[in-house]
This record gives sequence, structure tokens and C-alpha cells, in this order.
Amino acid sequence: MVEFTVNGAVRQVSEEPDTPLLWYLRDGLGLTGTRFGCGAGLCGCCTVHLHGRAVRSCLLRVGDLNGAIITTIEALGTGGLHPLQQAWIDLEVPQCGYCQSGQLMQAAALLEQLSNPSDADIDAAMSGNICRCGTYPRIRAAIKRAAAQRNAVPNTP
Amino acid sequence: MTLESVRLSRRAFVFGISAAAGGLALRAASPSALTSPVARETSTRISEITAWIVIEPDDTTVIRVARSEMGQGNFTTLPMLVAEELECDWSRVRAEYVEAGENLARDHVWGDMVTAASISIRGSQSYLRKAGAQARQMLLDEAAARWRVPSPECSARDSIITHAKTRRTIRYGQIAAAAARRPVPPEVSLKPPERWRLIGKPIPRLDVADKSLGRPIYASDVRLPGMLFASVSACPALGGRLVSFDGAKVMGMPGVRYVLAVEGTAVAVLADSWWQANRARLQLPIVWDFGKARELTTDHLRETFRAGLDAADVAIGRRMGDVKAALGEAVTLVHADYEVPYLAHTTMEPQTCTAHVTPGHAEIWAPTQNGEGTLLNVAKVLQLDPGQVVVHKHHLGGGFGRRGLAQDWARMAALIAQQVDRPVKMIWTRDEDVRHDYYRPMVLARQSAGFDRDGNLTGWRVRVCGSSILVGLSPDRLKDGQDIEMMNAFLEEDMAYAVPNFEVGYVMRNTTIPVGFWRGVNHSQNGFFRESFIDELAHHRGRDPYEFRRGLLAKSPRSLAVLDAAARRANWGHAGPSVYQGIALVECYNSVTAQVIELSVSAAGDIKVHRVVCATDAGYLVNPRIVESQMEGAVVYGLGAALYNEITVQQGQVQQSNFNDYRALRMNEMPRVEFVDASSGNRYTQEWGGVGEPGTPPLAPAIANAVFAATGQRIRSLPFARHLRAPRDA
Repeated sequence: MVEFTVNGAVRQVSEEPDTPLLWYLRDGLGLTGTRFGCGAGLCGCCTVHLHGRAVRSCLLRVGDLNGAIITTIEALGTGGLHPLQQAWIDLEVPQCGYCQSGQLMQAAALLEQLSNPSDADIDAAMSGNICRCGTYPRIRAAIKRAAAQRNAVPNTP
Repeated sequence: MTLESVRLSRRAFVFGISAAAGGLALRAASPSALTSPVARETSTRISEITAWIVIEPDDTTVIRVARSEMGQGNFTTLPMLVAEELECDWSRVRAEYVEAGENLARDHVWGDMVTAASISIRGSQSYLRKAGAQARQMLLDEAAARWRVPSPECSARDSIITHAKTRRTIRYGQIAAAAARRPVPPEVSLKPPERWRLIGKPIPRLDVADKSLGRPIYASDVRLPGMLFASVSACPALGGRLVSFDGAKVMGMPGVRYVLAVEGTAVAVLADSWWQANRARLQLPIVWDFGKARELTTDHLRETFRAGLDAADVAIGRRMGDVKAALGEAVTLVHADYEVPYLAHTTMEPQTCTAHVTPGHAEIWAPTQNGEGTLLNVAKVLQLDPGQVVVHKHHLGGGFGRRGLAQDWARMAALIAQQVDRPVKMIWTRDEDVRHDYYRPMVLARQSAGFDRDGNLTGWRVRVCGSSILVGLSPDRLKDGQDIEMMNAFLEEDMAYAVPNFEVGYVMRNTTIPVGFWRGVNHSQNGFFRESFIDELAHHRGRDPYEFRRGLLAKSPRSLAVLDAAARRANWGHAGPSVYQGIALVECYNSVTAQVIELSVSAAGDIKVHRVVCATDAGYLVNPRIVESQMEGAVVYGLGAALYNEITVQQGQVQQSNFNDYRALRMNEMPRVEFVDASSGNRYTQEWGGVGEPGTPPLAPAIANAVFAATGQRIRSLPFARHLRAPRDA
């Protein structure tokens, strides 16, 4: 049996091995914050973290994930809001909101790799995540805001 | 208030809370509470002041929302309108949906639930503000009676009533239950705009935390005990039928429970998880009868519509003067044919609906732009009384017109659930979603204009031909069998240009391809036809396109002011090197919007849009920060479609299927959007304007006009990608 970790809990997965991680998360574990948009890795709605990297959960088969460490939107901000979530709220990024879990997971992985991403870095990292409502300008601003807050020296006034 | 209505109020409250921003996470996590009759009776501390407002003892103020939240901010702006007059503490406001069945049961006390045509604010602002004022008056009256002072001596602010003379105060929550028993004052006066404290302010949205934390707020997140999951195949040919399927071939696959026909046009596979259902569906042998739909191809449709441009069975939408004589006498004439393709909506959340049907009862969890429409569609298709159907509204993962009058997805979910004894969550694949939409219609247009010896535009004739939206979705709005709305943007109420001789006509040619409402609706394609052609006329006369428009708007100060506002902000006529400007103006939903866009065209023919200046006069803006995001959204939606999107049909089958061949605009393509607030208050109109759609129609023509400025190439059919990918010398 395949075994992997989801949001810190070890899961023994009895689903058929070709089940996409997305549907295991949503229907198997009830973690519905990860959302279905295209089923083909084209839109980024279902983005989660695999060992800290942003991946499309609709394209990963649970049978291939033995030993994997998965994080979903539900555990993005352990012990409170992730700085990106706070920036998302502060700048009122979401409109319909359906793509935003994926946007946040993608952005969080970006900030783990680049603490101070440029516009070009943001374009490169985020252009696989579609938003039909037009939140791109605020996503960009929120990523920069979160990065700035993280990079600020804690004892600076 | 009678005992009966109090009881109803409590029921309404508990029903309505199912999708409230604050309460939803809790409710969705324990879905049995949604249906438990016990839960309906447990809320005894609630005071419904009026149908719109519930104030709890701790001053928590629940404001009911009848329209839907699909990203446009209704869950914030509509409560703002109530709270403005209620004078409650905004930090304690919670929004909650009205349940459609309760609205029917209480004789439409919450008015219209339709969330379309940019109607939510402009269509309900007056009665929402009145509801707030009525409740405030009841609270003031109650406090005054307790203090034995005249009510006019009391004032209310932030949920506290003060009697200044005696320095007494009391909180709303302390007297709400008693105030609720007072008569509702029929007439109340509303604050003048200069005294507004919420309206016009960038009040933070009430729904962003849920949406930033991945909380289960969408219909596709609903989880019910014993629920099955459905994946569906509808006949690939639009208008074709189901002949047969071999369910035995997949019944042995893991998790598969049922294989069912739906209305003779689709097949559903039900399983313990959606993936199991979908995997089996893909292997299910199905025989379809395409029937006459097989004859439908885009090329054939184009010929049909083109022939219609000269047909005699034309409905005239507007006629001024004698256009035939004017064109006959003209010294110079300009003719041009235009075309737009079918467009899909591609809401980010594919079509979905959850249903539980038991004998004599149906319960629906829906992402609907029209709660009552969902209820009535389900009741009709299941042959139930409306009172036997409960619809739980959820925030929509995008709407754009797909989830309003077209309730095909709700009927389908109900008909599937009717055949089994468990709740069923139906989710379409993206392929199904793209290939079974109610598309923005493919429309062709032919325009002719004539100038006199002095260079004045004296005649303008417009013909459009395509399939009627109303015939399929709202026949009640036809006039003598004709769909006048297919001419929007050329009608008296939505075209301000002064032309002495003008005529617009529509020739209806309907097919089995479903057509529907798409952000901006008929203004979107007609705005492209009109504003591109006006640009052609300007260039024909050697005039600057902005100045040429100004000349036609001399007697339309409202449109002129908005056009000027956009041109001024964009510094019209002074773009940077290799950057070209285009301008367009569209009046719709009682708003006026003008856009100036700046773009470059690469040597390879790729368009890069740098900047969109969007000036809008919507009368009053309730929340400018939300309006700004609506305009960014309108630009993204219109730009992606104009650059890339077309739905084409071969043998009745849509040829596109997902975001690979039906592209959406992406982060790296997003231009800078500058919103210019050109609000004119009540100077020109007492009606307020909408903001959800008006930002979309000017976008495509503004791009076409800038592309002409950049390349000299006049693009008269969409999408642009079809033209600009071709070699320049072809």
C-alpha cells in the first residue's frame, strides 16, 4: 500500500493507483480547498506542494507518491495565516476566488525559492495559473507585499 | 408581526445561513445541519427587524443578500447599501444568502434574485437603502418609547442609539427583539449622497478571507452523507440525441454504481468518487444520433448568416430619418462587413450542481446566478411544486452569464439524482464545459455610411444576423416574436451618436447551437462592430478618431464627458515610441464606458497590450475598490477573448475543449489597467449604472482601432490571433 504525508498526517492510500492526487484530496480526504479546473495541468487551480515545490495535483497519480510530503491550502499557514494569505486579504485579491488556492500555493513556492521576486520572476512562476476574473494585478502586488514583509528585519520599526 | 411570520423568519434565517461568509465553513463541514429540521427550530435569539435585517443581542447584524456572489462583490456592496441607512456597526455585519424557496413562500419579500445584466446594485439600491432606513426608524422608535422621549430627538450611529438631551444610549442588540414587533414605516427619507458614510468608500470585502484560506464555499465543495459523484457525457453534436450505451461494460469498474440516461441527450456515470465515475465514463460505449446537427459547420453557418444580411425578414430596432435616401444622395460611401465567433464562458469552476431527490422533495446545492430560476427549473423538470424544492445557494466559481437563465446544469443534476436514492454531486469535465455551453452567438454585421459634400455623416445603416439569445432563454422578452436586444449598442437607449438618418435591423437565424448571455451580452459584439466602424469613418474623413467621436456627441454631454475623461488620462495622441493608441466608447446597463488602450505589434504580428485606461460613469460607485477590480476583470475577460478565442463547429461538434485550444489571458499578458471614475451622480439620470459588464464591450474595438493605427490593417473579424499570425504580406 502506498503511504504519503498530507498536511503533516501520514496517509495509507487504498485508492486505485491511477487516482489523481487532486481527487484523492477532495473526495478521499475532504480537503476541498484544492480545486478542479481543467484536469490537464493547464490552469493551475489544483496546485499543491510536493516536497515544497508547486505541482499540479490533477496530473499526479497517488500510486507514484509513496513517501511524498504533500501540503495543501488548508495547511499553508501553519500556526496562523501565511504572509501571502495576509497580503491576499489586505489587498483584497480574490474575486470569485475559485483559482486562489492554486495561486497562493504557486506563489508560496515562488517565495521559498526567491525571497524578493522581480516582475519577470512573478510572470515566469505565475503564468501557468489562470484567473478568469482578472486578479492578476493584485496577485502581483500581494506577492511583492508578502515578500517585503518577510524580508523586513523583525526589529525594524 | 404575526406569529406565523416570526416562525417563517426563523426558518428563513437558518436556511439562509448555509452560505453566509462567516457561517459557511461550519455548516459545510457538518452538512446534516443544512437539512435538519431540528436546526431550523433552534435559533431562538434571533430578531428579524425586517426581512433584510437580523440583529442579534450582541449587535451582530445579519444582512440578507438575494443576488449571487460570483466575484463581483455583491456580498459586500449590497449589505453596504442596507447598512448605510441602518447606521449599524459595519464591523459586526455578516452577509447571508436568501433561500429561493423562502423568497417564493414570503411573496418575493426580497425582490428579484437574478444576478445578470449588471443589475444587482442598480436594480436594488433603492429598496435596500429603504430597508435599512425602515429598520433604523423602528429601532429609534423603540428606544424613544422606552425613554418616553420624541423619536426625532434620538439619533443612531454604529448600532448605538443616543438621546443627547438626557445622555442616554442603548445598543441595537438590546432592543432589536422589541423593535421587530413595531410596525414597518411605509415611507422613510433616505440620506442625500453628501451624508453617505459607507457608499463610495473602499470598504474591505467580506468574502476575501474565506477565499484566501481555501474554505469550502463553493457548490463543488459540498459533501453530504452517502453522496455519489457523477461525470457526464452529453451528445457531442449540439442538437443530437442519445441512442444507446453499454453500461455493463463499466459496471464492474471500481466504485461504479449506476450508468444512467439523462433526457435522451446525455449519459451519467455515478460512482463513489468523481474520478471513478469519470474514468468509467471515458470507457463507456455510447451510440449517438447526430441527426441534422451533423450539417452544422462554422463555414456553413457563416454563409447562412451572411445571406441573412440581405434578407427581407428583418426586425428594425431603431430608425431615424430616411437612411436609404441619405445613402443614395451621399457623395462618398463606406461599406464594411464584420464578424464575431461563438464564445464559451469557461468559468473557472466547471459546471456543477449537487442534488438530492426523494419522493415529493428535492434539495439542490447550486452555483447559481438566479436562485429562483434554479428552483423553478428543477421543480418543472421533476414535476414538483415549487414549495417542494429547496435551493442552497453557494458562491460561484465564476458566472459571466453562464449560470443565470441557462439552468441546463441544474436540470441535469436533478434528473440524475431523481434516478437514485442518494445525493449526487455532478461535475462536468472542462471538455464538457467548453463543448456544451450557451455560447455568445456568432454574429455577422454589415454597415454602410454616407457623407455629404461638406463631409458630414448623413446616413448609417446597420444589419446584424445571428441566432437569438432570447428565443432559447427568455422568450418572454421577445417583442412580436423579435429579439430587439440583438441590436443593443445601436438602440436609442444605448447609442448616443447623432446621425440624422440611421437604421439598425436584425435578421434572426436560429440553429440548435445554444446561445446565451456572455459578459456584456449583445453590447460586446455590437460594440465591436459600431466602434470599429466609427473609427473607419473617422479615418475615411482624415479625422482623428477621438475628435470625430466628439463631433457626433455634441448633444450627449454624458457620453462626451466619459470619452474626454479617458482621452485626458491616457494623454491621447501622445503614446510612446512604437506604442499605438485606440479608443472606443460603449453605453450599456445605464453606464457609459470609454477606453483608450496602448499596444505594440511585433514584427511577427504579436499584439502586446501595455495599458488600458478605462473611464466609467455609473452614476454612483458603491465601492470604488471593487469597481476597480471589476474593470480589471472586464479587461481580462474581453482581452483574452478578443485576442484568442473562437468556438468553431464541425458536424455539429465544438472543436475546442480546454485551455490549450481555448486560451485564457495569463499573468504575463496582463496590461496595466487604470480606472478613471467619471461618475456623474444624478446629473444626467436618476437611475444608477452597472459596473460588472460595461468594461468588456469597448475592449475589442479599442484594440482593433489601435492595431489599425499600428499597422494600417483593419481587422473586422475576431479573434485577432487569426489575422496577426499570418504573414504581413499575405
